[in-house]
Amino acid sequence: MGRFLCSSLHYFITSFASKSSIISGIMGETPSLIQIKGIRDGLLITLGGADWPDLASAFVKNVDERSSFFQGARVALDVSANELRVAELSALRDQLSERGITLWAVLSESPITVTTAQNLGLATRLSKPRPVDAREAAEELPEDAAKWVKGPLRSGGRVLFEGNVVVMGDVNPGAEIVAGGSVIVWGRLRGVVHAGAQGDEKAVVCALELAPTQLRIAGEIAVSPKKQGKSQPEVACLKDGQLVAEPWQELTGR
Amino acid sequence: MTAKVVTVASGKGGVGKTTSVANIAVALASRGQKVTCIDGDIGLRNLDVILGLENRIVYDLVDVIEGRCRLRQAMIRDKRLPELYLIPAAQTRDKTAVSPSDMVRLCDELRQEVDWIIIDSPAGIERGFKNAIAAADRVIVMTNPEVSAVRDADRVIGLLDAEEKGPAALVINRLDPAMVKRGDMLSVEDVLDLLAVELIGIVPEDENVIVASNRGQPLALDGKSKAGKAFQNIARRLMGEQIPFMELESQNLFQRLLGRK
Repeated sequence: MGRFLCSSLHYFITSFASKSSIISGIMGETPSLIQIKGIRDGLLITLGGADWPDLASAFVKNVDERSSFFQGARVALDVSANELRVAELSALRDQLSERGITLWAVLSESPITVTTAQNLGLATRLSKPRPVDAREAAEELPEDAAKWVKGPLRSGGRVLFEGNVVVMGDVNPGAEIVAGGSVIVWGRLRGVVHAGAQGDEKAVVCALELAPTQLRIAGEIAVSPKKQGKSQPEVACLKDGQLVAEPWQELTGR
Repeated sequence: MTAKVVTVASGKGGVGKTTSVANIAVALASRGQKVTCIDGDIGLRNLDVILGLENRIVYDLVDVIEGRCRLRQAMIRDKRLPELYLIPAAQTRDKTAVSPSDMVRLCDELRQEVDWIIIDSPAGIERGFKNAIAAADRVIVMTNPEVSAVRDADRVIGLLDAEEKGPAALVINRLDPAMVKRGDMLSVEDVLDLLAVELIGIVPEDENVIVASNRGQPLALDGKSKAGKAFQNIARRLMGEQIPFMELESQNLFQRLLGRK
């Protein structure tokens, strides 16, 4: 998975590594509420031990008290099991943005919060797996795992998944799907799709109307030819190193 | 009185957001509604010019937010329609002078006094856009029948869904029926097919719009032009009326000689 993700900004490591030790000293006063740690992508802030409105305001207050430290920081927030809705999370993001802080990720055990964060375009995990997490490494993704995406996937929308991806609805131009496995679109596919992104040449892409801006399977890239006539469901796959699209009817012999 | 806050956004610049805000506001005010429009394009203000109120600005939006004047002092009353007000943008500042929560506070204060607050969003999807939609009850997404404008509108609609500001209402601006007929322009159906949102207005291409903008006399003031009529219809749909979309088929010379409809 690592190769899809942009390399993180190295200067953060050096600039925050020295600060993090100072902060943990200061934070000794309120250890249960807010913990700040320097990580390679900026700051990881863990909030816990209280209900959300109190936590959020305590955090913002904390930021105000040391605004020069936080100015310009990129922050990942670990909210543990707090269930956050869009209004709560976007309010906090706005408050932070007013103070010159970029909230880029929200980590949580609550699926509701994770969905909220995804809706707001925030990352829901740190870009690199935490070093030597034996438990996580052991849990390989089952081969037939698929991500269900409720469409339409609009311009600017991006789905990144190690397994298969199923989209219920259209994929519009400007949207992008990158999947380790196959991609199925129950709708019109007009965005960019990369199936088998980690090199799986058996991956396929199918759609009710297959007209992607660009189609990639494993290492091959193709663009859609100009369509004539009525569109029909098609399946694209790699045949002898060539990307080909075939009508579904022909494949099933009906 | 509790106002409805309507923001007009598009993503792409130059599709006619500001012109539409002026015309929708004028159309609502001409129907006896009390309307305030807010120019959200701080640093690049235009709405005052199109409404013809440029020379009457004393205080602006940033003055209100930073406490240099009261809200009432920044509201410029229109010369023609007594129930139409404008809160202009600051020209010498930038988008960071205002935050989303500032906009929510300002609109909450204003809600008690008017029926409609129409906010003109700047182009783009950054701070200015976030400010403009923060207080919105409803967002009108403007687009032109062009691939690039539709693509940006699609992005904006996606962002509105994510911020729980949806579903957006769509206005297609500058449609040229003759070009659509020749197959040289996206049709209304093509645009709706992609964006899949509710349509609340189709405004035909009309050179009078440019003339009116330069004069500071919004078209919706006189009901003769087709574009002006289209803006009046949008205002009526916002007010909850069911209005059919008007016939845009252009008349040929022969039909014109026989007498205009």
